[in-house]
Amino acid sequence: MIKIEFLGPIGKDPIEVDIQNLTQLSDILKSDKELEHWLKSSAVAINDTIVQQKNIELKDGDKISLLPPVCGG
Amino acid sequence: MQYLELYNGSLPVEKITNNWYNDFKLSNYGAIITFVGVVRDENGIDGLSFDIYEPILNSWFDSWQQKAKKQNAIVLMAHSRGDVLNHTSSYISAICSPQRKVGLRLIDEFVEDFKASAPIWKYDLIDGKRVYAKDRSTAIQGAGLLS
Repeated sequence: MIKIEFLGPIGKDPIEVDIQNLTQLSDILKSDKELEHWLKSSAVAINDTIVQQKNIELKDGDKISLLPPVCGG
Repeated sequence: MQYLELYNGSLPVEKITNNWYNDFKLSNYGAIITFVGVVRDENGIDGLSFDIYEPILNSWFDSWQQKAKKQNAIVLMAHSRGDVLNHTSSYISAICSPQRKVGLRLIDEFVEDFKASAPIWKYDLIDGKRVYAKDRSTAIQGAGLLS
């Protein structure tokens, strides 16, 4: 299983999903009306490293984080 | 000492900046350049509030430390978690550098990248509620991968 966590203001509890890649995750998250508008502006990290491409094979136990727009300081 | 410090609530500015000065004044850095961010009273807010995702903040900060090291400098940073009231500080950063010009350039680049990349989320405190500062926030490079 892959754990998905939603950081900062997204305000949604983590979920666990059975997926092999980010395209499958995209399809799952797009079907959630609460999340849909966050997807366009959120970056994605796998095991705490931000990724820039979808073409990454996921392994059981991986953690994916969605990071919405930031503003420190 | 820790080069990256996180505090609950407002930052104890004098303590932090005095510690940095005392820790590094003997290290032969010719320039210690400090930036202190203070929460302004504007738009009817009582203050700001912050969430931080520490694992990615730590790796982002480490990459900046490496970048500074190549220029014989170091980066220091302190940031608040949770609520920070108006007229107090939520953010301090500093560059210690042998050369003033390198330090001034690095502090500018560091603060700009901090605003664009550090995984910290800001909320306005209005009537006891946290309101996400969406309009002042910046999407991290690569955002939209799942859209």
